Amino acid sequence: MSKENGKHLPESETKLTLGLPGETRGPTTEVGGKSGTKRGFSETIDLNVESSSEKQHSKNSDHDDGFVIDHEASASRPPPPKAQVVGWPPVRASRKNVMKSCKFIKVGLDGAPYLRKVDLEMYNSYHQLLTALQDMFSSCLTIRNFLNERKFMDPVNGIEYLPTYEDKDGDWMLVGDVPWKMFVESCKRLRLMKSSEAIGLR
Amino acid sequence: MSEDDDRSPPSDPATKPPRPCAAGILASGSGGGGGVGGCGGGSTSVELFPAPFPDQVLENVLESVLCFLTCRRDRSAASLVCKSWYRAEALTRSELFIGNCYAVSPRRATARFTRVRSVAIKGKPRFADFNLMPHNWGAHFAPWVSTMAKAYPWLEKIYLKRMSVTDDDLALLADSFRNFKELVLVCCEGFSTTGLAVVANKCRQLRVLDLIESEVVDDDVDWISCFPANHTCLESLIFDCVECLINFEALERLVARSPSLKKLRVNRFLSMGQLYRLMIRAPQLTHLGTGSFGTVDGMILGDQEQDYAPAFAACKSLTCLSGFRETLPELLPAIYPVCANLTSLNFSYANINAEQLKPVIRHCHKLQTFWVLDSICDEGLQAVAAACKELRELRVFPIDAREDIEGPVSEVGLQAISEGCRKLQSILYFCQRMTNAAVMAMSKNCPDMVVFRLCIMGRRRPDHLTGQPMDEGFGAIVMNCKKLTRLAVSGLLTDRAFSYIGKYGKLVRTLSVAFAGDSDNGLKYVLEGCPKLQKLEIRDSPFGDAALRSGLHHYYNMRFLWMSSCKLTRQGCREVARAMPRLVVEVMDNEVDEGAIVEDEVEILYMYRSLEGPRDDAPKFVDIL
Repeated sequence: MSKENGKHLPESETKLTLGLPGETRGPTTEVGGKSGTKRGFSETIDLNVESSSEKQHSKNSDHDDGFVIDHEASASRPPPPKAQVVGWPPVRASRKNVMKSCKFIKVGLDGAPYLRKVDLEMYNSYHQLLTALQDMFSSCLTIRNFLNERKFMDPVNGIEYLPTYEDKDGDWMLVGDVPWKMFVESCKRLRLMKSSEAIGLR
Repeated sequence: MSEDDDRSPPSDPATKPPRPCAAGILASGSGGGGGVGGCGGGSTSVELFPAPFPDQVLENVLESVLCFLTCRRDRSAASLVCKSWYRAEALTRSELFIGNCYAVSPRRATARFTRVRSVAIKGKPRFADFNLMPHNWGAHFAPWVSTMAKAYPWLEKIYLKRMSVTDDDLALLADSFRNFKELVLVCCEGFSTTGLAVVANKCRQLRVLDLIESEVVDDDVDWISCFPANHTCLESLIFDCVECLINFEALERLVARSPSLKKLRVNRFLSMGQLYRLMIRAPQLTHLGTGSFGTVDGMILGDQEQDYAPAFAACKSLTCLSGFRETLPELLPAIYPVCANLTSLNFSYANINAEQLKPVIRHCHKLQTFWVLDSICDEGLQAVAAACKELRELRVFPIDAREDIEGPVSEVGLQAISEGCRKLQSILYFCQRMTNAAVMAMSKNCPDMVVFRLCIMGRRRPDHLTGQPMDEGFGAIVMNCKKLTRLAVSGLLTDRAFSYIGKYGKLVRTLSVAFAGDSDNGLKYVLEGCPKLQKLEIRDSPFGDAALRSGLHHYYNMRFLWMSSCKLTRQGCREVARAMPRLVVEVMDNEVDEGAIVEDEVEILYMYRSLEGPRDDAPKFVDIL
């Protein structure tokens, strides 16, 4: 069972991220009045500079609390009324951990014969996901990062791929446009599309 | 394993009964010359009359009869009749059950029972599963295995629950017991794949290796390859909790050379394809754990669809199915051929909804045990109620174990189950909202209920329709379910609920309480009213020293009492410790909690009867009063 969140990493206090739409975390939604409210443009730039410390921090807890930390950065914020307590509900950790990893989605690379599968719950940022994808298709791809853009490139033939995903509504979107958590919620499958074909998305 | 408990230990088991001089007869045989002789030179106890050899005959008869007594409570009763019965029972007990590893020392247990073939030992209390017990508290297997290594060279079976087991312990086990056959580790930790390899390799007669909900460290050792190279005696191999990659080819070969294998539960790192290959080699299986029931390592091969149904159909003896760790719902039809014969189905890792469940469950007419996730919703439970008329045990686990969410199952599901599954004996039900009416309905519809565990995940939540506490519902359970021995309560509960439990819960042995009650009276009602109470675990409830004192008359009859985050003080606990010398009173803080703890306040009290006094392996954070 997750432990009470008493420990904050200094770096994460300065991170600004959004709450999930409809996320029921009580006073964490006090900023701006409701969850999902944008806090500023910085979150879009921020996606590039997430560090490994954030991953480490989130790994230590059993629930998505990345947002709790951010909202508690302000000292005047009262603690959530029903903070999670140790060992409640009485579900064994092995059960909880297994349930966490059930956001498997298929990943296709245009031109590759096999589909792969990734568990989005295992990652906490676009950077981590893309690194994992690069490893997965390591024979074909390296990441090329531009400001606010993500691309993959096959060094052998110079073909560029853009990571795209199909969302809940069946639309194909460019990976990276929405906050990470929102992306995890809505992503149904991933496709690494050839840049040349991705014209409509840009 | 049942939750049965021993009666109180006899007052002084270590004393050897005086040997009658007829003991001299033993050397010469029971029918042999009576009278003088055999008592040692010059002894003044030489008998002038014929030695009473019928004693020996009586003991032989007794021993023969006692061999048929298997129930340990009956055996304990027999051992209390007289010294001769005590002796005979001790010599004929072949299965030893130690409900609390600290209640008796290995030395004392092995001294009394010298011909044991099978040992079961339980260690930590159940709340340790939920991180309420600090790490490294104890329950070490080491002293037991080292004593038994010398005392029981013919030991065949070991069952451990919530014990700390190391690789060294396993190595000693493998080296010491030539005829070792069965190892079952439930909720244990402290060992790795290295330890498993040693057991697999050295225990050549091994029939059962069952690892259930245990934590195994991945040492990257290929333990599957360590089983005997010729055909094995394996009947049961369960390793679904082992979070390590295994050598599949070795497993396939192992299954092929284990003709007696009836139970196989693999871990989630095996794909459907691999499972298929195992199943066609072992159509004699009765218990199967499917592992992932999907794919692993991210590989999905195009649109290639293998039909797995024939493999299931070929397993004509299959009665027990589990696994389903990463279920691809479209593969579920593969199990249709076996559904009609299933008596046990564990879907508690399968994230499936009602629509996906229905086509499976409606075939499961013989199902007696069903574990499932609440992802099936009330609607899924209604389907279960409609199909599974033989259901004895139901467990509904939460897919999302948080407190303030909507929750897919409710009183609707519980009501449906109570109406459809009249033979229900055991239920564990996690939900977000409940009503007294549904609980009362279950108490009336399911009179055979033995285990009732309801977990309303929101703390102190009332009946969500009436706003009332859940007192009446739980009251109805203890009142109407006359066979009830185990109860776990939740939701908003006043002292009234506990008065019901004390008044009607005359057979209750295990009680679990969290965030409940108003005052000391609550605990008093229970301690004064429940004569069979043996295991009591309480957290975050307002019970204090006065309540603790009210149980003094009963604590020697209990296996343990756990109270955490209640209103106990050190002084109160100290008084209990002083009043009851055979009770070990452990007091500790849970290292996780922060903030100032009032000086005299007790965070965790764990106390248990023991013949040995304070244990010598207590870590620093444990204070034994």
